[in-house]
Amino acid sequence: MDFNKNYFEIFGLPVDYAVDQDLLDDRFLDLQKQVHPDRFAAGTDQEKRLAMQWATLVNTANETLRAPLPRAIYILGLRGVELEHNPTLPPAFLMDQIDLREQLESIEEGEGNLEELDSFRQKMQQAINEVQAKFKAALDEDTDKAERLVYELQFLSKLMVSANRLEEKLLDY
Amino acid sequence: MALLQITEPGQAVDPHQRKRAAGIDLGTTNSLIASVRAGVAETLADEQGRHMLPSVVRYTSSGIIVGDEALTEAVNDSMNTIVSVKRLMGRGIKDVATLGDQLPYRFSASEGGMPRIETVSGNVTPVEVSAEILRTLVDRASATLAGDLDGIVITVPAYFDDAQRQATKDAAQLAGVNVLRLLNEPTAAAIAYGLDSGNEGVVAIYDLGGGTFDISLLRLRKGVFEVLATGGDSALGGDDFDRAIAAWIVEQSGYAKPLASEQLRGLLMASRSIKESLTDNAKVDIDFDRDGVRFKGTLDRATFDDLVAPLVDASIKACLRAVRDAGIELGEIHNVVLVGGSTRVPQVIDKVAEYFGKTPLNNMDPDKVVAVGAAVQANVLVGNKHDDEMLLLDVLPLSLGLETVGGLAEKVISRNTAIPAVRAQEFTTYKDGQTAMLIHVLQGERELVTDCRSLARFELTGIPPMVAGAAKIEVMFNVDADGLLSVSARETSTGTQAGVEVKPSYGLTDGEITAMLQASFEHATEDANWRSLLEARVESGRVIEALGNALAEDGAALLMESDSQALQQAIEELGRVSEGEDHLAISEGTELLGRASEEFASLRMDAAVRKALAGKNIAEVDIAEVDKEI
Repeated sequence: MDFNKNYFEIFGLPVDYAVDQDLLDDRFLDLQKQVHPDRFAAGTDQEKRLAMQWATLVNTANETLRAPLPRAIYILGLRGVELEHNPTLPPAFLMDQIDLREQLESIEEGEGNLEELDSFRQKMQQAINEVQAKFKAALDEDTDKAERLVYELQFLSKLMVSANRLEEKLLDY
Repeated sequence: MALLQITEPGQAVDPHQRKRAAGIDLGTTNSLIASVRAGVAETLADEQGRHMLPSVVRYTSSGIIVGDEALTEAVNDSMNTIVSVKRLMGRGIKDVATLGDQLPYRFSASEGGMPRIETVSGNVTPVEVSAEILRTLVDRASATLAGDLDGIVITVPAYFDDAQRQATKDAAQLAGVNVLRLLNEPTAAAIAYGLDSGNEGVVAIYDLGGGTFDISLLRLRKGVFEVLATGGDSALGGDDFDRAIAAWIVEQSGYAKPLASEQLRGLLMASRSIKESLTDNAKVDIDFDRDGVRFKGTLDRATFDDLVAPLVDASIKACLRAVRDAGIELGEIHNVVLVGGSTRVPQVIDKVAEYFGKTPLNNMDPDKVVAVGAAVQANVLVGNKHDDEMLLLDVLPLSLGLETVGGLAEKVISRNTAIPAVRAQEFTTYKDGQTAMLIHVLQGERELVTDCRSLARFELTGIPPMVAGAAKIEVMFNVDADGLLSVSARETSTGTQAGVEVKPSYGLTDGEITAMLQASFEHATEDANWRSLLEARVESGRVIEALGNALAEDGAALLMESDSQALQQAIEELGRVSEGEDHLAISEGTELLGRASEEFASLRMDAAVRKALAGKNIAEVDIAEVDKEI
């Protein structure tokens, strides 16, 4: 049963951190057209159940592969790496963490300067891009190093989410 | 409005093969039913040529009246004439209490916490009221299409939560009609738009109805309608515009006492007319005099705009959020489509155009477009063959979460996740020997449990007694294509399946539904056995047809000759049994045939996936290749 295939295999893509987004989108549509429960609305209960399982799997796989952080975590998972909940991180990185958090807090406590926030987010995005590039390289050399980079990516992503939330608050969404 | 042609004219459609399906727009103010006939999707009218059915139900001591005739008595008999019942669907008695000044009814609570409306012919729940509207429409379709409907698609606001959706399904069950799918209203509108225009790209559907507001962003590509994000407010609509005018009139009149239900209903109806007049006129003269509320004056559009600006702004904010959630830029949106009668208000059109930076499309009748889209989907889901490979991929509109320590809501499935979806969450016990656990599921975006909507409490039982913290209970949250949640649980170290009992927060209990079904006139007079036989035959017929088609298409490519023949014989056997009168034997036979064909279904699915990736026909797949996989 094809449920044992990994997400890349389901989409017919090579296991690689770099993913062709357009191809992923195309394959996603093609797959759902075949397996979605709506295709089996007039089918047997078994067909409907299978369709539900498949469509759900395709959705989960799509969600995982299309975003950089879940994709990174998934690839490590394929290599047998299970992420720690409270990893020990290098002190330099921890200092950076505290520093960036403080920056965000001061933007929040200050008059809530949208421009400052915007440049903060841009800086964050750049940092994220850099870590991603390092991760891709590390995958070929050193899985442990790749794992540590994912922890960095996790932190930066969380901080980005906080920054986005602050933006929403300031713009009063 | 332009009729939607979905098959080539002249393409022969075998009347014996076509099933009867319809799409129903169960609206706050008006409802419609539409169906695809001779390749064209169109709304159905009653004997007097009326397409729209006011969503008004009047209970009298001599019977139930639905529609225009009920509406005429809405002011005089306001306590027994239920208007805008959609605003009460899936709401608990506490929610409804806060609507007290908006809806002039007397409420009492039922067994499941659902509000019951006191009328002269007894207490009715919103579900029963909605069922009356559905019944009227279904009867209309049966008459027009000369036969019973095999299935319907009912539209719901995209922003309807699980309780509101379940209530809608319950109403359909009471009305005795088979629901193929609950379809989100903006998605339905997008189908109508997509088929009408043939455009690909990103479209925004701005749907402002009588009581609900939805904004959906969809991408249309390769025949697939993919919802990118959806947002809205299930308690914001044209009714609120009416209320704003009514409040202004009361303020201008100097009337300071609380309003009686007749006064309120009269005011709201007058306000609605004023609102509609202001669409085409810069000002409207008002001469209102009813039971002590007296006002004579003029309301101009500028004042009206000020009154409703906060409401329109709230809708634009929801649009902003949806665009962010979709992860797209405003410039990527190719078109904006207006849906719902309330989008006729000029300020709405202006502000939507301003925000999206383009003129909204309204060449489709905003009142009918949802029903028409639903009819197209119903036609597909009921199994009528067609050439268009249309597929809808929808999303969960509201985040699903769990109550955790400290009254916090922890999100399990985020809003705008593609459905069907599944998430697993692991729990453990906190007391030695603990064998049960209560999980409180919530819907909403807020952090505190009290700010979210309580969906249901799931009681897990049968957890093997262990030391506290040793049990690993994996709870699976499944959201199906209708957007409804189901939960299963397993203790993973022992593999024990935990029992899950759902206690919905606002639903009808099973007991209540059974009681209603029994009380319903139609069910009381029909012979129970005859019904069971009919249902069993319909079911077996369906399976025979589905399997027969499947064998014809893929049997040769995927199965050994002997297996194929065995299934064929089983099909014929079930056909024979179905001609008899033993409904239990038929049901059993259907079940057995389903199980026997399970492996074949699995092979077909695998082949379909391979086909999707490789672009080959199933017939081309080498049977030896398939055998290797087994």
